[in-house]
Amino acid sequence: MRLAKAAALPLLLIVGAELWFRGPGAGSESLAAPSAAFAAIVEALGDGTLVTATRQTLTAALGGLAIGASAGLVLGFLIGLSKTAIALSTPSVELFRPIPSVALIPLAMLVFGFGYGFEMSIVAFATFWPCLILAQAAASQIEPRLMEVSRVIGLSSTQRLFKIVLPAAMPRIFVALRLAAGFALVVAVTVEIAANPQGLGYMLMIAQQSLRPELMLGSLIWIGLIGWGVNAGLNALQGRLFRHQQVAGGKP
Amino acid sequence: MLARPPEPAIAFDAIRVDLGGKTILTDITLDVKPGEFICVMGPSGCGKTTLLRVVAGLVQASAGKLSLFGKPVQGPSRKVSVVFQDYGRALLPWRDAAGNVALALEAAGMPRAEQRPLIETLLAKVGLKDHAHKFPGQLSGGMQQRLQIARCLAQDPEILLMDEPFGALDAMTRQQLQDEVLALAAERNTTVFFVTHDLEEALYLGDRVVALLPNPGRLARIVDVPLARPRNQLATREHPDFLAMRRDLFDMMHETH
Ligand SMILES: Nc1ncnc2c1ncn2[C@@H]1O[C@H](COP(=O)(O)OP(=O)(O)OP(=O)(O)O)[C@@H](O)[C@H]1O
Ligand SMILES: [Mg+2]
Repeated sequence: MRLAKAAALPLLLIVGAELWFRGPGAGSESLAAPSAAFAAIVEALGDGTLVTATRQTLTAALGGLAIGASAGLVLGFLIGLSKTAIALSTPSVELFRPIPSVALIPLAMLVFGFGYGFEMSIVAFATFWPCLILAQAAASQIEPRLMEVSRVIGLSSTQRLFKIVLPAAMPRIFVALRLAAGFALVVAVTVEIAANPQGLGYMLMIAQQSLRPELMLGSLIWIGLIGWGVNAGLNALQGRLFRHQQVAGGKP
Repeated sequence: MLARPPEPAIAFDAIRVDLGGKTILTDITLDVKPGEFICVMGPSGCGKTTLLRVVAGLVQASAGKLSLFGKPVQGPSRKVSVVFQDYGRALLPWRDAAGNVALALEAAGMPRAEQRPLIETLLAKVGLKDHAHKFPGQLSGGMQQRLQIARCLAQDPEILLMDEPFGALDAMTRQQLQDEVLALAAERNTTVFFVTHDLEEALYLGDRVVALLPNPGRLARIVDVPLARPRNQLATREHPDFLAMRRDLFDMMHETH
């Protein structure tokens, strides 16, 4: 029933669009009927172009995410453990963080040329900062009572790290990872649209330039589906992994 | 047979505590005998928690000397365990009941195989035998506090510090837990330092009741409670001596307030 209610509006829009493009809107050069977009995507799936483009985009997004997030999470976590480190690093972080990641496209292109290195470096830069900041918050916001418990119970500092600090910070760190994964996809597609001749973003550009609105719309929907799928998967994983821990603002 | 050490379990010697430039506690001198159940009470803000934290080694005294069994306190020790009032924050939410008890054993470096039977015994002792695999979020407040007590017992402490441990529980659960703690302490001859703001609770549990006054926190009265043990929720609380002491302490706390 809830599903039916949620689906009602999109379905209505799709039916409306279909009717419009079959009637008064037929022959549009910028938009196409949903059925045409669907047919175009099925065709692209059949001839392998969509699979290749999807693989390229996901590889670049995941590769960049792996680099950016692991560096950001580890560094942020370490900084978050010490008040001095937070104080020392905050000014530099605030200096570099506001640089829009896409502004690095020209530089990265010069350094890496077209291809994965180029795209991944930008994704890595874009995901590094949110991970750094959220991991820092996760490490510095551990329940002080738990730290006291670890002291009175007599845990060594290694034990404290692995038995208290890391598990306590884990849900927040996962939230950071989830956000960064969404970011990674957006940035990868952006880089492809702007400059890198590969992946779904490039496919989108080619469809536009060769006046195939149905393929462009189809790719757009496909990208949306992938983003939705990644997020839903990570949400489900978060719910499973941390079902006993509640994190303010971190509920999937 | 091992002779009890002649030293008091806890010896406060002219303890003063300053925090944030303010004197919180001053001139606390008191000996707690081994195996004694001592209750500390007083109005909110008089420094009960601070005093307990000094014993736990979490706060350092600004002046004076604190010794446990004759040894000066350097910091937290495994021989002293603390039951915090906010059980919801003191338990690890990602570990089940058995895992939470195990934490204390892991700290002591006990091999896993030996932990198992001990955890079972401890959970049974606090009435959580059937809840070993439940997580704190799945337990009621009373059960969570029982779990925290089990974790403290796993430390096999010589001194048990309890900071208003039942303050957040309903009256019924509270009375049950009072009796359970009395039984556990008697069984192991543990020295208990019990903070409460509830006068009746202090009298019901304690061998002695220490009353503090605020601004700055200082000793007001130390009262012996010669009521028979084991105590009984009805008989003890209706005993004329209990009532007389209650009246006496009540008047004292209100006069000087
Ligand atoms: N870390 C600290 N820095 C500065 N002041 C503190 C600190 N900890 C406690 N105090 C102050 O010390 C006084 C005593 O606090 P404490 O928590 O020991 O009181 P309490 O008797 O336990 O009160 P309650 O019954 O409300 O728990 C309070 O005025 C409190 O504001
Ligand atoms: Mg207190």
